[in-house]
Amino acid sequence: MTPPPSEAATEPRQQWAPPLGLPNPAPRPPDEEAQLKKVWRQPRGWRFPTVVNNNWIGVLYIGTAVLFLILAGILALIMRAQLAVPDANVVGHELYNQLFTMHGTMMMFLFAVPAVEAVAVYLLPAMLAARDLPFPRLSAYAFLAYAIGGLVFFSSIFFGAAPDGGWFMYPPLTNEQYSPGINQDFWLLGIGFIEISAIAGAIEIIVGILRTRPPGMKLGDMPIFAWAMLVFGAMVVFAFPAVIVATALLELERAFHWPFFDANRGGDPLLWQHLFWFFGHPEVYIIFLPAAGMVSMIIPAMAGVPLVGYSLVVLALVGTGFLSFGLWVHHMFTTGIPQLSLSFFFAASMAVSIPSGIQVFAWIATLASGRPRLEVPMLFMLGFLFIFVLGGLTGVMVAVVPFDWQVHDTHFVVAHLHYVLIGGMVFPLLGAFYYWAPTASGKKMSDRLGKATFWFTFIGVNLTFFPLHIAGLLGMPRRVYTYPAGMGLELPNLLSSIGAAIVALGGICFVLDVARNFRLNVGADAGNPWNAGTLEWLPNENYAARSIPIIRSREPLWDDPDLVENVNAGRYYLPGTVTGRRETIITSPVDAVPQYLQILPGPSWGHVLGAVGTAGFFLSLTVKLVYLAFAFGIIGVIAILVWLWRDTDHGPISEPVAVGKDLVLPVYVTGPAQVSWWAMVVLLLVDGTGYACILFSYLYLWLVNGDGWLPPPEAAPDLLWACGAALLLLGSSELIWAASRLLRRVARGRGAWPMRLAMLGALALLAASWWLDFDQRVAAGLRPSESSYDATVAMILSWQGFHVVVLLVMALYTLARSLAGRLDGVRRVTFDNTMLLWHYTVVQGLLGLALTHGFPLAIGQGAV
Amino acid sequence: MKEGPHPAGVRHGRCRASGTIANLAVAAALLAGCGESPQSVLDPHGPDAELVHNITRVLFIGGTVIFLLTMACVGTVVFTRWKLREVLGSRRSILVMGIVFPALALAALLVWTLDIARALVLPRSAEPMRIEMIGWQFWWEVRYPDLGSGGALVAANEIHIPVGREVELVAISKDVIHSVWIPALRGKIDMIPGRTNRIRFMANRPGVVRGQCAEYCGAQHALMAFYVVAHPPEEFDRWLEQERRPAPAPSTDFLALGQRAFGTAGCGACHAIRGTEWTGGYGPDLTHVGSRLSLAAGALDNHRGTLGGWIAGAQDIKPGNRMPSFNSVLTGEELRAVAAWLESLK
Repeated sequence: MTPPPSEAATEPRQQWAPPLGLPNPAPRPPDEEAQLKKVWRQPRGWRFPTVVNNNWIGVLYIGTAVLFLILAGILALIMRAQLAVPDANVVGHELYNQLFTMHGTMMMFLFAVPAVEAVAVYLLPAMLAARDLPFPRLSAYAFLAYAIGGLVFFSSIFFGAAPDGGWFMYPPLTNEQYSPGINQDFWLLGIGFIEISAIAGAIEIIVGILRTRPPGMKLGDMPIFAWAMLVFGAMVVFAFPAVIVATALLELERAFHWPFFDANRGGDPLLWQHLFWFFGHPEVYIIFLPAAGMVSMIIPAMAGVPLVGYSLVVLALVGTGFLSFGLWVHHMFTTGIPQLSLSFFFAASMAVSIPSGIQVFAWIATLASGRPRLEVPMLFMLGFLFIFVLGGLTGVMVAVVPFDWQVHDTHFVVAHLHYVLIGGMVFPLLGAFYYWAPTASGKKMSDRLGKATFWFTFIGVNLTFFPLHIAGLLGMPRRVYTYPAGMGLELPNLLSSIGAAIVALGGICFVLDVARNFRLNVGADAGNPWNAGTLEWLPNENYAARSIPIIRSREPLWDDPDLVENVNAGRYYLPGTVTGRRETIITSPVDAVPQYLQILPGPSWGHVLGAVGTAGFFLSLTVKLVYLAFAFGIIGVIAILVWLWRDTDHGPISEPVAVGKDLVLPVYVTGPAQVSWWAMVVLLLVDGTGYACILFSYLYLWLVNGDGWLPPPEAAPDLLWACGAALLLLGSSELIWAASRLLRRVARGRGAWPMRLAMLGALALLAASWWLDFDQRVAAGLRPSESSYDATVAMILSWQGFHVVVLLVMALYTLARSLAGRLDGVRRVTFDNTMLLWHYTVVQGLLGLALTHGFPLAIGQGAV
Repeated sequence: MKEGPHPAGVRHGRCRASGTIANLAVAAALLAGCGESPQSVLDPHGPDAELVHNITRVLFIGGTVIFLLTMACVGTVVFTRWKLREVLGSRRSILVMGIVFPALALAALLVWTLDIARALVLPRSAEPMRIEMIGWQFWWEVRYPDLGSGGALVAANEIHIPVGREVELVAISKDVIHSVWIPALRGKIDMIPGRTNRIRFMANRPGVVRGQCAEYCGAQHALMAFYVVAHPPEEFDRWLEQERRPAPAPSTDFLALGQRAFGTAGCGACHAIRGTEWTGGYGPDLTHVGSRLSLAAGALDNHRGTLGGWIAGAQDIKPGNRMPSFNSVLTGEELRAVAAWLESLK
């Protein structure tokens, strides 16, 4: 055991100037590359499931997403068979209603979002010349949880237990009165939990893009795909909590009769729609932006010139991200919302088409400045432009309020959304597959099968969906399992079904091509087959590029002809492993100044068991096997704790190390330079957004019901107690602050008791504060199943209670680490992260108290 | 036999969409035929739907032109060596084509269509005819609050309106969310439990159009339609007079048997028939069921055969609806009699 380095050795580097020459001399020591390979080798045989490399996880992730695309596509084919002729009897209404629910749900949640996250997990480290993403096990965990959960979720259709409430799950149709079976629970628990996996992926991607770029790659020099994924990540952070909260509320209504959406007890079905579409509309751009990012990578390579209007495209991506949160009501134009509000959302919906216009003409400009080659990826780009522009124009149409009053919830919208999503996402993704496949398998896919795939899908998609515009205008609503003859719907539907069969032929060609020409073959050097300019075309291994280059331009491979040779010879940073473990360089978020060397965890069973436990917990809960759920939950939590205990917060295991001439980096830092600090902050944004959705529900239901919704003053708990609870919260925060200061003095596990006691005290105050509020509410007669007011207050209390429990686990874990000598004044990342959540929980609790006790008072109701 | 205003079938109306054809893309026009469907956005029967139809026309022309121009740009830059490529390859082209043009075009569209939206929402007349429509899984209760003699006039699955008079439709639901959509007259409005939504519309020519539920509402959402019959004013008055009458007494023994069987099978627990003892409110009011254009919310034509079939096998025809099949309750003779009696309730 090496002696611990001084505290100063854990300070992140702040300044760095690119050296004049190359940072490392070549030739390198002979065993350096072999050692690097050994450290990064993927596990084989029965240990393979423990793999964490982004190449492997990325490809498995993409493959799983494509599997769900195919499965959901097959469901669509069955639907088109049923709708080919009027009054058909291929499937009954029960199966049909499950089919369209599953098709939409799977395409959105099991295919589109995971697919773009998967591409990012696969590509980003290579594009950023990082060894891996900052939390490889988190990606692996997210992938495994998604794959297991998704497959079980899909299987529900074989038992007739698949959800049948539509992918939008509007209550009251989906509440326990109108949908008593477990079908909707599959959706609520299954999807709610898969969203958690998507959020984990988004956190990984955000921190990866901001902190693992190669030295010198400023934000403004990032590949557009990284920009797109950064906006994607931010959108997931702010959009997905809304749907998670909504599913939680609906599940509580189903299981415990808390009436958030039941109009008879003060709830409102529209609350669901607001929450759902606050997620659901950004979701469309969450799917589209990464695909647009891929297009912005492929088109310049195919044209042989840099993207024209790079900064405009970045602006468009960021602008879309912002605007997309102001559009959700355009899914609710027919709900009777006042005209004035509609006009606002109408205008915002118009505005969001401008960023898409910018991107389309930036791509056209790029093609115009170069010599486009009509290779397979380029065909998909052209198909994308055709279909997406058409879908975008019908999008402007449906944004026009009076027109939407006609076509909303008709097959016109079915046509529109498929044009946008297939054009805007599937075609770019297929193009991306053909474009980037060589980086994974070492060779291009088949040209002939690729062209066949393109033409079948291109013709098929247009034939399937163009006639549906007409069907909608002629009066065909959505989600109908049959339609009568004599309304002019026969021809459009027949054509559409024929088109669907042609798309299926395209799908078969694609699968054939993958089966024949795609083998994951990490390390097989495909060279740079399209002559692209970005870093993912450097020769790649499990550890990505051999050495981590200094980047000064957007297309480094074009601008520095020697780059490949120098990177490969190890002349750049970190040509081997300096600590004997997996490691990657962490840089500053804006200017990419190298700050420290992050040690990365390798393969383990911990996250695998964690994923199995998490998925098992939610799925068992769905089928109401409570004890089994409990068992899975315990397995999951223990596995995750073991994983954290053994392989995170390793402390300063060595003195700062040299990753190149003149660049010495610490191997452990604490505070805001730490990647886990960033991940925690992003997680708190997710958490806070979820809480904001709950507070919104409270205020929204008050607005809908009027002041009578609040209990009369004499029925409210005494305000004094609420003030007491608030003071306890503040005291808890103060004590954890004190513990932090005390921890600074702790060296090597000695003199830690004051810190431990402060922490225990903080925990006691936190729990006491919650109990006080809870007790007062119960004493005042809280009956969550009787009114939406009580249900909302109970929800705010429960959310806070959940945080108290999480902090209890985290505090005990932190104390255990302290007792085990794994926590001291230097090695304190675990404590810092716990402290972040602690302060957040206190702020959240104060907000909750202010709203539930102060608000009725402020508007002249409640306790006096 | 249908009475005076009721056409024999649902198909009706001349080919009015000839103006539209020119505006739609050629393929669209071929598919659309003449927009002859009774449920078509392209065949408006009133001024409100015509306003939207105008928007549709402009959107289609504009959209087609912009689409073709954009594709021409793509074609030019990919397949030609024309000088135009240099223009399209500049940053300025992105600014002009990607920002300035869409901003101007969309602003114009916004102003124009908002104006139309306002016109659609503003009342045309101070005293429209009020109709309350209540969505149920999977049929429509229709109430005319001002037209009954002492209380609302209650019917089901069919709306009758006078041509030239504005109608205010009050949309209500007491179970799940539905959406009432009448493409030929206005558009759609959701029926949301706990809320009351209103839309106004008017028919400017007589005829029958079809409407349908547009918000997925469960098992038989697909079979939840209705008809709107627009009468010339004097004809409407005749219909109203007829509709206000209670059900006629059975005129033959066979019909009387039907009425008795209706009672003993318990049908009256769910169905009301004015002029009888039955006042059930769970299913459609059947006072004048024999005069309606359809059965089971547009699922079947309406005659003695379909009436008998529906009563015997409601769960086979529309599985999951709330009416049980009565094939094991009624004998064949009784079934025929009930069907005949109900058919006689004009």
